[in-house]
Amino acid sequence: MAATSPAPVTLVLGDEELLADRAVSAVVAAAREVDPGLELHDLVGAKVEPGQVSGLTSPSLFGDGAAIVIRSAQDLGKDVIAEVVKYTARPAEGIVLVLAHPGGVKGKALVDGVKKAGAQVLTVSKITKSGERLDFVKGEIRRAGRTIAPDAAQALVDAVGSDLRELAAACSQLAFDTPADRKGIDAAAVARYYRGRAEVTGFTVADAAVEGRLADALEQLRWALGTGVAPVLLVSALAGGLRSLAKVGGAPRNLRGGQLASHLGMPPWKVDRVRRQLGGWRADGIARAIQAVADADEQVKGGGADPAYALEHAVQTIVACRAMTR
Amino acid sequence: MSVFDDLVGQERAAAVLVQAASAAAEAVAGGRGAGMTHAWLFTGPPGSGRSTAARAFAAALLCPDRGCGHCELCHQVAIGSHPDLESVRPQGLSYSVKQTRELILRAAGAPTLGRWRVVLFEDADRTTEAAANALLKAIEEPPPRTVWLLCSPAPDDMVTTIRSRCRLITLVTPSAAAVANVLATRDSVPPALAEFAARAAQGDIERARRLALDEETRRRREAVLSIPVSLSGVGECISAAERLVKTAEEEAAAATAELNETETTELRKAYGEGSSGKGLNKGLVRGGAGALKELEDRQKSRATRIKRDTLDVALLELVAFYRDVLAVQLGAGVVLANEDRRADIDDLARTTTAERSLRRIDAIMRCRERLAANVNPQIAVEAMTLALRP
Ligand SMILES: [Zn+2]
Repeated sequence: MAATSPAPVTLVLGDEELLADRAVSAVVAAAREVDPGLELHDLVGAKVEPGQVSGLTSPSLFGDGAAIVIRSAQDLGKDVIAEVVKYTARPAEGIVLVLAHPGGVKGKALVDGVKKAGAQVLTVSKITKSGERLDFVKGEIRRAGRTIAPDAAQALVDAVGSDLRELAAACSQLAFDTPADRKGIDAAAVARYYRGRAEVTGFTVADAAVEGRLADALEQLRWALGTGVAPVLLVSALAGGLRSLAKVGGAPRNLRGGQLASHLGMPPWKVDRVRRQLGGWRADGIARAIQAVADADEQVKGGGADPAYALEHAVQTIVACRAMTR
Repeated sequence: MSVFDDLVGQERAAAVLVQAASAAAEAVAGGRGAGMTHAWLFTGPPGSGRSTAARAFAAALLCPDRGCGHCELCHQVAIGSHPDLESVRPQGLSYSVKQTRELILRAAGAPTLGRWRVVLFEDADRTTEAAANALLKAIEEPPPRTVWLLCSPAPDDMVTTIRSRCRLITLVTPSAAAVANVLATRDSVPPALAEFAARAAQGDIERARRLALDEETRRRREAVLSIPVSLSGVGECISAAERLVKTAEEEAAAATAELNETETTELRKAYGEGSSGKGLNKGLVRGGAGALKELEDRQKSRATRIKRDTLDVALLELVAFYRDVLAVQLGAGVVLANEDRRADIDDLARTTTAERSLRRIDAIMRCRERLAANVNPQIAVEAMTLALRP
């Protein structure tokens, strides 16, 4: 990368911590690129004394460059804010100042002031849409030189949740764990990665059961029960898996793609997955399997039988129903 | 005119009750009162009017005219404000021993107006076993002027010991003609509509009345009865199940919302909250918040029950539909409950066998059992609709 020096003052504005940290690091790295010998001062807003910024930014005797990072800049005192705003209007040569502010009313004078004084602004707001989260995962995997299938990315988001730090950690771990000869990461890799790590959810059990992987399904069922997943949740996950089969399998033949997905009220990646799961299933098998799940629910709700046994029996019946030729 | 006129098609039960009311009047006048009993158990299928019969009897006991039906006291019994009538209707799925003990205490007092102290206990089968035991003691040694009127669908639903200490009044399913007649004469329903509603409700007077008077109820019945022909494949079965459960939820929500609102307002009034009422618990005097919480729990439990009952009504409608199919298949020359669905019924009767119809009825009954066992409604109903497929 060509060494272009970053703006003298950068405001990283927004509450998505991971992205804010990354933006700050990127600015510092760019400054280092230009001046490998620069000195880094990493400060937190609440602890910055009046006069400190002026001191750090005043020309040094030896003409050394410096990068000054002020995190949680919303906590800066009134006097310091005035000092920073004033500095921003006339920044010093060779010095890079980075301010990280989460947004919001606290310390808003700083945001308004430095913006007006000509600071570069990088916005890092919280990711709220699931599509953006998927894009984030894809981006993370790409950074690691890999690619990820859409259903695998979705599975990862489903398993990890919305915390970007955790997602980023999972992505880098996943990229690291997947053998180098396989560039693409698929849903199976995500499932393998999560088995035994995160809590096995009812969905993992249900997927294994409807795909006819009996040993896997039983193993994960025991694991789930062992980690405290409530039997009723497992029952409803099994029912959910079969319900999806019935919906996708019974959908009008002329519907495809997005139309089919919206007709069923399911995300497209899920329709694709269920489509693959449908192989081996017939209507009568699905009907019988749901009977077994209803029986299991009755037993779990206090029909007397051991819930673990009732669930195992249901899983076995589901797998057997899949093989039914009529 | 008498309060017993309200009992439709229950001539035998009414005769017994009229006689008992005379004996009771004799006892109040200082006579022997032979034929009067302190504990009664009213049983009969849903809609046969168990609580209507019990209430009529309560009026006959509390009215100086043995239930004239038009005096102030009869009116008070009808609306539940008579000081000597203790009306209980368990709102949740069960009635606790604590609630029962409180009830027994209230029942033990001497009658304010000098005649009888009457406890009308609807759905008494919902008492817990411990509660039933507490009740048993009260029934065994009743204060001289206390009368217990228990209602329960079937005598078997009450513990044997209680049943054996009660005089049994068995109500029967009234004929469609009798129900239609009541709707036409008392609710001014046009004859054709009355006849349709009476048949469709299969002897359940309250259900017939709602079908006749409320268009929304008729619309929901239509929706339920359109299900059998819609079940062509697994996808349709799943969506039909979803519709059934959702409709029941909506109906239950509508029924509970109104009840909850009134109760909560009254409780707030009782605990001295002004009309300003900001925030849920603010402004309530000591103990108010606890009482409010207790009320909310009760309301939640009732909502579950109403939802279950509503779904059950829909399932019974489906049973009636397949019974009609069976009747046609067996060539029984009876009038169908769902005459308005004649074409669908004939179609199914032709294309399937009687054995298949029986199995379908079994599947619906199995679903009712599962619901009673607290199985997730969606799963139970899906299992059912899938079993109803061709
Ligand atoms: Zn009267």
